[in-house]
Amino acid sequence: MLKRTSLFAAHQKLGARLVDFGGWEMPLQYSSILEEHHAVRTAAGLFDISHMGQIVVRGGGAPEFLNRVLTNDIRKLQSRQGQYTLMCNERGGAIDDLYVYQVEAEEFLLVVNASRISADAAWLNQQLAAFPGRSTVDLKNLSSDFGALALQGPKTAQFIDACFSSSSSSQSLAATLRKNEIARREFLARPVFVSRTGYTGEDGFEMVAPAEITPALWAKVLEAGAPFGLKPAGLGARDTLRTEVCYPLYGHELDEDTTPLEAGLGAFVALAKGDFMGRSVLADQKARGTAKKLVAFKSAEKSAPPRPHYPIWSAGPDGRPIGRVTSGTQSPSLGIGIGMGYVPPEMSAANSAIAIEIRGKHAPATIVPKPLYRKS
Amino acid sequence: MSANIPGDVKHAKTHEWVRVRDTVATVGISDHAQHELSDVVFVELPVVGRQLQAGAACAVVESVKTASDIYSPVSGEVTAVNPQLVQHPELVNRDPYGAGWFFQVRLSQPSELDALLAPADYSRQIGA
Repeated sequence: MLKRTSLFAAHQKLGARLVDFGGWEMPLQYSSILEEHHAVRTAAGLFDISHMGQIVVRGGGAPEFLNRVLTNDIRKLQSRQGQYTLMCNERGGAIDDLYVYQVEAEEFLLVVNASRISADAAWLNQQLAAFPGRSTVDLKNLSSDFGALALQGPKTAQFIDACFSSSSSSQSLAATLRKNEIARREFLARPVFVSRTGYTGEDGFEMVAPAEITPALWAKVLEAGAPFGLKPAGLGARDTLRTEVCYPLYGHELDEDTTPLEAGLGAFVALAKGDFMGRSVLADQKARGTAKKLVAFKSAEKSAPPRPHYPIWSAGPDGRPIGRVTSGTQSPSLGIGIGMGYVPPEMSAANSAIAIEIRGKHAPATIVPKPLYRKS
Repeated sequence: MSANIPGDVKHAKTHEWVRVRDTVATVGISDHAQHELSDVVFVELPVVGRQLQAGAACAVVESVKTASDIYSPVSGEVTAVNPQLVQHPELVNRDPYGAGWFFQVRLSQPSELDALLAPADYSRQIGA
Protein backbone atom coordinates (compact mmCIF):
# COMPACT_ATOMS: atom_id res chain seq x y z
CA MET A 1 0.00 0.00 0.00
CA LEU A 2 1.65 3.23 -1.15
CA LYS A 3 1.84 6.21 1.21
CA ARG A 4 0.00 9.40 0.27
CA THR A 5 0.59 12.98 1.30
CA SER A 6 -2.27 15.19 2.51
CA LEU A 7 -2.37 16.61 -1.04
CA PHE A 8 -3.36 13.35 -2.73
CA ALA A 9 -6.92 14.48 -3.41
CA ALA A 10 -5.61 17.73 -4.88
CA HIS A 11 -3.34 15.81 -7.26
CA GLN A 12 -6.19 13.61 -8.42
CA LYS A 13 -8.42 16.63 -8.96
CA LEU A 14 -5.71 18.22 -11.13
CA GLY A 15 -5.52 15.05 -13.22
CA ALA A 16 -1.98 14.17 -12.16
CA ARG A 17 -0.31 11.05 -13.52
CA LEU A 18 0.66 9.25 -10.28
CA VAL A 19 3.69 6.98 -9.82
CA ASP A 20 5.38 5.04 -7.04
CA PHE A 21 8.27 7.16 -5.73
CA GLY A 22 10.08 5.27 -2.99
CA GLY A 23 6.82 3.93 -1.55
CA TRP A 24 4.85 7.17 -2.01
CA GLU A 25 2.11 7.69 -4.59
CA MET A 26 3.26 10.99 -6.06
CA PRO A 27 2.52 13.09 -9.14
CA LEU A 28 4.99 12.48 -11.97
CA GLN A 29 3.35 15.21 -14.03
CA TYR A 30 0.07 17.13 -14.30
CA SER A 31 0.21 18.23 -17.95
CA SER A 32 3.65 17.49 -19.37
CA ILE A 33 7.12 17.23 -17.84
CA LEU A 34 8.51 19.62 -20.47
CA GLU A 35 5.75 22.19 -19.88
CA GLU A 36 6.16 22.06 -16.11
CA HIS A 37 9.94 22.34 -16.45
CA HIS A 38 9.60 25.42 -18.68
CA ALA A 39 7.07 26.95 -16.28
CA VAL A 40 9.63 26.76 -13.46
CA ARG A 41 12.39 28.25 -15.63
CA THR A 42 10.26 31.12 -16.97
CA ALA A 43 7.52 31.79 -14.41
CA ALA A 44 6.74 29.49 -11.47
CA GLY A 45 6.00 25.90 -10.51
CA LEU A 46 4.58 24.41 -7.29
CA PHE A 47 5.72 21.00 -6.07
CA ASP A 48 4.27 18.82 -3.32
CA ILE A 49 7.33 17.76 -1.27
CA SER A 50 5.32 16.56 1.72
CA HIS A 51 6.93 13.13 1.48
CA MET A 52 10.21 14.67 2.67
CA GLY A 53 11.12 14.37 6.34
CA GLN A 54 11.46 16.85 9.17
CA ILE A 55 13.53 16.10 12.27
CA VAL A 56 13.74 18.69 15.06
CA VAL A 57 16.75 18.73 17.39
CA ARG A 58 16.56 20.95 20.50
CA GLY A 59 18.54 21.73 23.62
CA GLY A 60 21.82 23.12 24.88
CA GLY A 61 23.74 20.17 23.47
CA ALA A 62 22.07 20.35 20.04
CA PRO A 63 24.71 22.46 18.24
CA GLU A 64 27.57 20.26 19.42
CA PHE A 65 25.70 17.04 18.69
CA LEU A 66 24.74 18.14 15.20
CA ASN A 67 28.24 19.36 14.42
CA ARG A 68 29.49 15.88 15.28
CA VAL A 69 27.13 14.07 12.91
CA LEU A 70 26.95 16.54 10.02
CA THR A 71 29.79 17.52 7.67
CA ASN A 72 29.19 21.27 7.33
CA ASP A 73 29.96 23.67 10.20
CA ILE A 74 26.79 24.48 12.08
CA ARG A 75 28.55 27.28 13.96
CA LYS A 76 28.48 29.29 10.73
CA LEU A 77 24.70 29.56 10.98
CA GLN A 78 23.13 32.77 12.16
CA SER A 79 19.72 32.66 13.69
CA ARG A 80 17.05 31.83 11.12
CA GLN A 81 19.62 30.59 8.62
CA GLY A 82 20.12 27.19 6.99
CA GLN A 83 22.88 25.31 5.23
CA TYR A 84 23.20 22.35 2.90
CA THR A 85 25.06 19.54 4.63
CA LEU A 86 25.60 15.79 4.67
CA MET A 87 25.49 13.05 7.26
CA CYS A 88 28.18 10.38 6.87
CA ASN A 89 28.94 6.98 8.33
CA GLU A 90 32.35 5.89 9.72
CA ARG A 91 33.60 5.23 6.18
CA GLY A 92 32.72 8.75 5.07
CA GLY A 93 29.87 7.33 3.01
CA ALA A 94 26.75 9.49 2.74
CA ILE A 95 23.79 8.45 4.85
CA ASP A 96 21.85 11.44 3.49
CA ASP A 97 22.18 14.95 2.14
CA LEU A 98 19.92 17.51 3.78
CA TYR A 99 19.30 21.06 4.88
CA VAL A 100 19.71 22.11 8.52
CA TYR A 101 18.12 25.37 9.71
CA GLN A 102 18.76 27.17 12.97
CA VAL A 103 15.24 28.13 13.92
CA GLU A 104 16.14 29.36 17.42
CA ALA A 105 19.44 29.43 19.35
CA GLU A 106 18.97 25.83 20.51
CA GLU A 107 16.42 24.54 17.98
CA PHE A 108 17.34 23.07 14.63
CA LEU A 109 15.10 21.83 11.83
CA LEU A 110 16.54 19.12 9.58
CA VAL A 111 14.81 18.62 6.22
CA VAL A 112 15.75 15.21 4.86
CA ASN A 113 15.08 13.02 1.81
CA ALA A 114 11.84 11.03 1.83
CA SER A 115 13.65 7.78 1.04
CA ARG A 116 16.00 8.23 4.03
CA ILE A 117 13.67 9.31 6.86
CA SER A 118 13.86 5.98 8.69
CA ALA A 119 17.59 5.55 8.09
CA ASP A 120 18.29 9.11 9.26
CA ALA A 121 16.18 8.85 12.41
CA ALA A 122 17.73 5.50 13.32
CA TRP A 123 21.25 6.79 12.75
CA LEU A 124 20.69 10.02 14.68
CA ASN A 125 19.15 8.18 17.62
CA GLN A 126 22.01 5.71 17.62
CA GLN A 127 24.58 8.54 17.58
CA LEU A 128 22.68 10.42 20.26
CA ALA A 129 22.72 7.41 22.56
CA ALA A 130 26.51 7.52 22.45
CA PHE A 131 26.79 11.31 22.78
CA PRO A 132 28.08 12.35 26.23
CA GLY A 133 25.78 15.38 26.38
CA ARG A 134 22.70 13.41 25.37
CA SER A 135 20.66 14.54 28.35
CA THR A 136 20.79 18.07 26.93
CA VAL A 137 19.51 17.05 23.49
CA ASP A 138 15.93 16.33 22.48
CA LEU A 139 15.40 14.77 19.05
CA LYS A 140 12.02 14.25 17.42
CA ASN A 141 11.13 12.82 14.02
CA LEU A 142 8.10 14.93 13.10
CA SER A 143 7.91 13.87 9.45
CA SER A 144 4.37 12.53 9.63
CA ASP A 145 3.11 15.74 11.25
CA PHE A 146 4.26 18.01 8.45
CA GLY A 147 3.52 18.64 4.82
CA ALA A 148 5.77 20.73 2.60
CA LEU A 149 5.61 22.68 -0.67
CA ALA A 150 8.36 23.90 -2.99
CA LEU A 151 7.51 27.06 -4.94
CA GLN A 152 10.17 27.66 -7.57
CA GLY A 153 10.70 30.12 -10.42
CA PRO A 154 11.74 33.69 -11.29
CA LYS A 155 8.27 35.11 -10.62
CA THR A 156 7.70 33.56 -7.19
CA ALA A 157 8.92 36.64 -5.33
CA GLN A 158 6.08 38.58 -6.94
CA PHE A 159 3.34 36.66 -5.16
CA ILE A 160 4.83 34.82 -2.16
CA ASP A 161 3.69 37.56 0.22
CA ALA A 162 0.13 37.34 -1.07
CA CYS A 163 0.06 33.78 0.32
CA PHE A 164 0.58 35.03 3.89
CA SER A 165 -1.30 38.30 3.83
CA SER A 166 -2.98 37.78 7.18
CA SER A 167 0.06 38.70 9.28
CA SER A 168 -0.03 42.49 8.96
CA SER A 169 3.07 43.05 11.05
CA SER A 170 5.29 40.66 9.13
CA GLN A 171 7.95 41.87 6.81
CA SER A 172 7.84 41.03 3.13
CA LEU A 173 9.37 37.61 2.49
CA ALA A 174 10.26 38.62 -1.03
CA ALA A 175 12.13 41.72 0.15
CA THR A 176 13.75 40.50 3.36
CA LEU A 177 14.21 36.71 3.23
CA ARG A 178 17.62 36.11 1.74
CA LYS A 179 18.95 32.92 0.24
CA ASN A 180 19.11 30.10 2.84
CA GLU A 181 17.20 32.11 5.43
CA ILE A 182 14.09 30.78 7.14
CA ALA A 183 11.16 32.71 8.61
CA ARG A 184 8.04 31.79 10.55
CA ARG A 185 4.69 32.86 9.21
CA GLU A 186 1.12 31.90 10.07
CA PHE A 187 -1.52 30.30 7.88
CA LEU A 188 -4.97 29.50 9.26
CA ALA A 189 -3.52 30.35 12.70
CA ARG A 190 -0.88 27.60 12.42
CA PRO A 191 2.88 28.12 12.10
CA VAL A 192 4.53 27.71 8.70
CA PHE A 193 8.29 27.78 8.10
CA VAL A 194 9.27 29.52 4.85
CA SER A 195 12.84 29.22 3.58
CA ARG A 196 14.48 30.76 0.53
CA THR A 197 15.92 27.55 -0.82
CA GLY A 198 15.21 25.13 -3.60
CA TYR A 199 16.27 22.23 -5.74
CA THR A 200 15.86 23.73 -9.21
CA GLY A 201 18.46 26.48 -9.61
CA GLU A 202 15.73 29.16 -9.64
CA ASP A 203 14.70 31.66 -6.97
CA GLY A 204 12.04 30.16 -4.76
CA PHE A 205 10.59 29.31 -1.39
CA GLU A 206 10.05 26.05 0.47
CA MET A 207 7.26 25.89 3.02
CA VAL A 208 6.95 23.41 5.89
CA ALA A 209 3.45 23.39 7.39
CA PRO A 210 1.28 21.12 9.55
CA ALA A 211 -0.10 18.36 7.31
CA GLU A 212 -3.72 19.34 8.06
CA ILE A 213 -3.38 22.82 6.57
CA THR A 214 -1.09 21.93 3.66
CA PRO A 215 -4.00 21.41 1.22
CA ALA A 216 -5.37 24.87 2.01
CA LEU A 217 -1.91 26.40 1.64
CA TRP A 218 -1.45 24.59 -1.71
CA ALA A 219 -4.74 26.03 -2.95
CA LYS A 220 -3.84 29.51 -1.73
CA VAL A 221 -0.44 29.47 -3.46
CA LEU A 222 -1.97 28.22 -6.73
CA GLU A 223 -4.54 31.02 -6.56
CA ALA A 224 -1.97 33.72 -5.76
CA GLY A 225 0.36 32.52 -8.51
CA ALA A 226 -2.16 31.94 -11.29
CA PRO A 227 -1.90 35.49 -12.72
CA PHE A 228 1.88 34.99 -12.93
CA GLY A 229 1.71 31.70 -14.81
CA LEU A 230 2.18 29.39 -11.80
CA LYS A 231 1.66 25.72 -12.69
CA PRO A 232 1.58 22.67 -10.44
CA ALA A 233 4.72 20.63 -11.21
CA GLY A 234 5.53 16.98 -10.57
CA LEU A 235 8.53 14.80 -9.84
CA GLY A 236 9.39 14.42 -13.53
CA ALA A 237 10.11 18.14 -13.88
CA ARG A 238 11.80 18.18 -10.46
CA ASP A 239 14.27 15.64 -11.79
CA THR A 240 15.01 17.39 -15.10
CA LEU A 241 15.41 20.74 -13.30
CA ARG A 242 17.86 19.49 -10.65
CA THR A 243 19.84 17.44 -13.21
CA GLU A 244 20.36 20.57 -15.32
CA VAL A 245 21.97 22.35 -12.34
CA CYS A 246 23.84 19.20 -11.25
CA TYR A 247 22.25 18.86 -7.83
CA PRO A 248 22.74 15.34 -6.47
CA LEU A 249 19.86 12.97 -5.80
CA TYR A 250 20.39 10.49 -2.98
CA GLY A 251 20.41 6.99 -4.36
CA HIS A 252 21.98 8.24 -7.60
CA GLU A 253 25.00 10.53 -7.01
CA LEU A 254 25.11 9.72 -3.28
CA ASP A 255 24.81 6.50 -1.33
CA GLU A 256 26.40 4.88 1.71
CA ASP A 257 29.43 3.83 -0.32
CA THR A 258 30.06 7.26 -1.85
CA THR A 259 31.64 10.18 -0.03
CA PRO A 260 30.79 13.87 -0.40
CA LEU A 261 34.29 14.45 -1.81
CA GLU A 262 33.77 11.89 -4.56
CA ALA A 263 30.50 13.69 -5.35
CA GLY A 264 32.26 17.04 -5.62
CA LEU A 265 30.65 18.42 -2.46
CA GLY A 266 33.84 19.38 -0.62
CA ALA A 267 32.50 22.90 -0.09
CA PHE A 268 30.05 21.40 2.41
CA VAL A 269 32.63 19.37 4.32
CA ALA A 270 34.26 21.47 7.06
CA LEU A 271 37.32 19.37 7.87
CA ALA A 272 38.75 22.16 10.05
CA LYS A 273 35.79 22.40 12.43
CA GLY A 274 36.86 19.53 14.65
CA ASP A 275 35.99 15.86 14.73
CA PHE A 276 32.82 14.55 13.13
CA MET A 277 31.64 11.17 11.91
CA GLY A 278 33.59 10.18 8.81
CA ARG A 279 36.15 12.95 9.16
CA SER A 280 39.26 10.77 9.10
CA VAL A 281 38.30 9.09 5.81
CA LEU A 282 37.36 12.44 4.25
CA ALA A 283 40.60 14.09 5.39
CA ASP A 284 42.51 11.18 3.85
CA GLN A 285 40.60 11.55 0.57
CA LYS A 286 41.27 15.28 0.55
CA ALA A 287 44.99 14.66 0.96
CA ARG A 288 45.43 11.63 -1.32
CA GLY A 289 42.58 11.89 -3.78
CA THR A 290 39.50 9.77 -4.37
CA ALA A 291 39.02 6.57 -6.37
CA LYS A 292 36.17 8.04 -8.40
CA LYS A 293 34.95 11.50 -9.34
CA LEU A 294 31.52 12.79 -10.29
CA VAL A 295 31.46 14.54 -13.65
CA ALA A 296 28.78 16.25 -15.71
CA PHE A 297 28.51 15.61 -19.44
CA LYS A 298 26.59 16.73 -22.52
CA SER A 299 25.75 14.63 -25.56
CA ALA A 300 27.79 15.73 -28.56
CA GLU A 301 24.93 15.18 -31.03
CA LYS A 302 21.21 14.44 -31.07
CA SER A 303 20.80 10.98 -29.61
CA ALA A 304 18.64 8.97 -27.29
CA PRO A 305 18.87 10.51 -23.82
CA PRO A 306 21.50 9.21 -21.38
CA ARG A 307 19.82 7.45 -18.46
CA PRO A 308 20.91 6.18 -15.02
CA HIS A 309 23.06 3.04 -15.08
CA TYR A 310 24.11 3.38 -18.75
CA PRO A 311 27.86 2.59 -19.04
CA ILE A 312 30.29 5.42 -19.71
CA TRP A 313 33.16 4.59 -22.08
CA SER A 314 36.39 6.41 -22.82
CA ALA A 315 36.39 7.61 -26.44
CA GLY A 316 38.30 6.28 -29.42
CA PRO A 317 39.26 2.85 -30.79
CA ASP A 318 40.86 1.84 -27.47
CA GLY A 319 37.73 2.83 -25.61
CA ARG A 320 36.80 0.86 -22.51
CA PRO A 321 34.08 1.13 -19.87
CA ILE A 322 35.16 3.66 -17.22
CA GLY A 323 32.03 4.30 -15.18
CA ARG A 324 28.27 4.64 -15.12
CA VAL A 325 25.66 7.33 -15.54
CA THR A 326 24.01 8.24 -12.21
CA SER A 327 21.48 10.75 -13.56
CA GLY A 328 20.61 11.51 -17.15
CA THR A 329 17.88 12.98 -19.29
CA GLN A 330 17.08 15.05 -22.33
CA SER A 331 17.61 18.60 -21.05
CA PRO A 332 14.44 20.59 -21.73
CA SER A 333 16.34 23.87 -21.45
CA LEU A 334 19.32 22.86 -23.61
CA GLY A 335 17.61 20.50 -26.06
CA ILE A 336 20.40 17.92 -25.78
CA GLY A 337 21.16 14.87 -23.67
CA ILE A 338 22.84 15.61 -20.32
CA GLY A 339 23.86 13.71 -17.26
CA MET A 340 26.22 13.01 -14.42
CA GLY A 341 28.27 9.95 -13.62
CA TYR A 342 31.35 8.59 -11.90
CA VAL A 343 34.67 8.09 -13.72
CA PRO A 344 38.26 7.64 -12.47
CA PRO A 345 39.71 11.04 -11.43
CA GLU A 346 42.43 10.86 -14.10
CA MET A 347 39.71 10.72 -16.78
CA SER A 348 37.55 13.51 -15.39
CA ALA A 349 39.02 16.63 -17.01
CA ALA A 350 36.59 19.05 -18.64
CA ASN A 351 36.43 18.74 -22.46
CA SER A 352 37.35 15.03 -22.31
CA ALA A 353 35.55 13.03 -24.97
CA ILE A 354 33.55 10.08 -23.66
CA ALA A 355 30.80 7.86 -24.99
CA ILE A 356 27.55 6.78 -23.39
CA GLU A 357 26.50 3.23 -24.22
CA ILE A 358 22.85 3.35 -25.22
CA ARG A 359 21.30 0.09 -26.40
CA GLY A 360 24.65 -1.26 -27.52
CA LYS A 361 25.69 1.86 -29.46
CA HIS A 362 28.20 4.46 -28.31
CA ALA A 363 26.75 7.97 -28.29
CA PRO A 364 29.56 10.57 -28.15
CA ALA A 365 29.51 13.02 -25.25
CA THR A 366 31.82 15.55 -23.62
CA ILE A 367 32.67 16.09 -19.96
CA VAL A 368 31.81 19.69 -19.04
CA PRO A 369 32.11 21.80 -15.87
CA LYS A 370 29.10 21.95 -13.57
CA PRO A 371 26.46 23.25 -13.73
CA LEU A 372 25.17 22.06 -17.10
CA TYR A 373 22.62 24.87 -17.19
CA ARG A 374 23.21 28.40 -16.00
CA LYS A 375 20.83 31.34 -16.16
CA SER A 376 22.15 33.92 -18.60
CA MET B 1 -10.02 10.21 -23.18
CA SER B 2 -11.62 10.01 -26.60
CA ALA B 3 -8.69 9.54 -29.01
CA ASN B 4 -8.61 10.89 -32.51
CA ILE B 5 -8.64 7.90 -34.93
CA PRO B 6 -8.60 8.67 -38.66
CA GLY B 7 -10.70 6.51 -40.94
CA ASP B 8 -7.92 5.60 -43.39
CA VAL B 9 -5.54 3.76 -41.04
CA LYS B 10 -5.33 0.31 -39.53
CA HIS B 11 -3.76 -0.34 -36.15
CA ALA B 12 -1.72 -3.08 -34.55
CA LYS B 13 -2.72 -4.11 -31.03
CA THR B 14 0.58 -2.54 -29.94
CA HIS B 15 -0.67 0.91 -31.01
CA GLU B 16 1.26 1.40 -34.25
CA TRP B 17 -0.81 2.56 -37.24
CA VAL B 18 -0.32 2.00 -40.95
CA ARG B 19 -1.75 3.99 -43.88
CA VAL B 20 -1.40 2.38 -47.32
CA ARG B 21 -1.14 4.09 -50.73
CA ASP B 22 -0.51 1.52 -53.50
CA THR B 23 2.16 -0.75 -52.02
CA VAL B 24 3.77 1.89 -49.82
CA ALA B 25 2.79 1.87 -46.19
CA THR B 26 3.41 4.78 -43.81
CA VAL B 27 3.78 3.83 -40.15
CA GLY B 28 3.46 5.83 -36.95
CA ILE B 29 2.04 5.55 -33.43
CA SER B 30 -1.51 6.33 -32.39
CA ASP B 31 -2.81 9.37 -30.53
CA HIS B 32 -3.53 7.06 -27.61
CA ALA B 33 0.10 5.90 -27.59
CA GLN B 34 1.59 9.39 -27.77
CA HIS B 35 -0.65 10.50 -24.91
CA GLU B 36 0.51 7.56 -22.78
CA LEU B 37 4.16 8.35 -23.53
CA SER B 38 3.78 12.09 -22.99
CA ASP B 39 6.77 14.22 -24.02
CA VAL B 40 8.64 12.42 -26.83
CA VAL B 41 12.26 13.56 -26.87
CA PHE B 42 13.87 11.15 -29.33
CA VAL B 43 12.92 8.58 -31.95
CA GLU B 44 15.38 5.91 -33.11
CA LEU B 45 14.32 4.89 -36.62
CA PRO B 46 15.32 1.89 -38.78
CA VAL B 47 17.77 2.56 -41.61
CA VAL B 48 16.47 2.83 -45.16
CA GLY B 49 16.86 -0.54 -46.86
CA ARG B 50 16.28 -2.64 -43.73
CA GLN B 51 13.92 -5.60 -44.07
CA LEU B 52 11.20 -5.54 -41.43
CA GLN B 53 9.07 -8.39 -40.13
CA ALA B 54 5.52 -7.79 -38.97
CA GLY B 55 5.43 -7.87 -35.17
CA ALA B 56 9.18 -7.44 -34.69
CA ALA B 57 10.71 -4.49 -32.83
CA CYS B 58 12.08 -2.02 -35.37
CA ALA B 59 12.30 1.39 -33.70
CA VAL B 60 12.46 3.02 -30.27
CA VAL B 61 10.57 6.06 -29.05
CA GLU B 62 11.94 7.81 -25.98
CA SER B 63 9.94 10.05 -23.67
CA VAL B 64 11.50 11.98 -20.79
CA LYS B 65 11.02 9.02 -18.47
CA THR B 66 11.04 5.87 -20.62
CA ALA B 67 12.18 4.16 -23.81
CA SER B 68 9.52 2.10 -25.64
CA ASP B 69 9.93 -0.39 -28.47
CA ILE B 70 7.95 0.13 -31.67
CA TYR B 71 6.87 -3.02 -33.53
CA SER B 72 6.42 -2.94 -37.29
CA PRO B 73 2.78 -3.73 -38.15
CA VAL B 74 3.83 -4.96 -41.61
CA SER B 75 6.67 -6.79 -43.40
CA GLY B 76 8.76 -5.19 -46.13
CA GLU B 77 11.71 -2.94 -46.95
CA VAL B 78 12.10 0.49 -45.33
CA THR B 79 11.98 3.07 -48.14
CA ALA B 80 11.98 6.31 -46.16
CA VAL B 81 12.19 7.65 -42.61
CA ASN B 82 10.75 10.94 -41.36
CA PRO B 83 13.62 13.48 -41.48
CA GLN B 84 11.68 15.94 -39.27
CA LEU B 85 11.78 13.70 -36.21
CA VAL B 86 15.48 14.31 -35.50
CA GLN B 87 15.01 18.01 -34.80
CA HIS B 88 11.34 17.86 -33.85
CA PRO B 89 10.49 14.69 -31.93
CA GLU B 90 7.54 16.60 -30.43
CA LEU B 91 5.72 16.14 -33.76
CA VAL B 92 4.89 12.64 -32.52
CA ASN B 93 2.84 14.22 -29.72
CA ARG B 94 1.43 17.08 -31.76
CA ASP B 95 0.42 15.28 -34.96
CA PRO B 96 0.75 11.50 -34.44
CA TYR B 97 -1.23 10.52 -37.56
CA GLY B 98 0.31 13.18 -39.82
CA ALA B 99 3.60 15.04 -39.51
CA GLY B 100 4.72 12.68 -36.70
CA TRP B 101 4.99 9.63 -39.03
CA PHE B 102 7.99 7.33 -38.41
CA PHE B 103 8.89 5.44 -41.60
CA GLN B 104 7.58 4.04 -44.90
CA VAL B 105 7.69 0.40 -46.01
CA ARG B 106 7.29 -1.26 -49.40
CA LEU B 107 4.88 -4.06 -48.44
CA SER B 108 6.13 -7.57 -49.12
CA GLN B 109 2.96 -9.25 -47.84
CA PRO B 110 -0.07 -6.95 -48.27
CA SER B 111 -2.39 -9.64 -46.85
CA GLU B 112 -0.96 -8.88 -43.40
CA LEU B 113 -3.20 -5.80 -43.41
CA ASP B 114 -6.23 -8.04 -42.96
CA ALA B 115 -5.02 -9.03 -39.51
CA LEU B 116 -4.76 -5.42 -38.34
CA LEU B 117 -7.51 -3.54 -36.50
CA ALA B 118 -10.03 -1.35 -38.30
CA PRO B 119 -10.64 2.04 -36.64
CA ALA B 120 -13.75 0.88 -34.77
CA ASP B 121 -11.95 -2.19 -33.42
CA TYR B 122 -8.91 -0.19 -32.27
CA SER B 123 -11.23 2.36 -30.70
CA ARG B 124 -12.86 -0.47 -28.75
CA GLN B 125 -9.46 -1.82 -27.67
CA ILE B 126 -8.40 1.48 -26.14
CA GLY B 127 -11.81 2.04 -24.61
CA ALA B 128 -12.43 5.25 -26.53
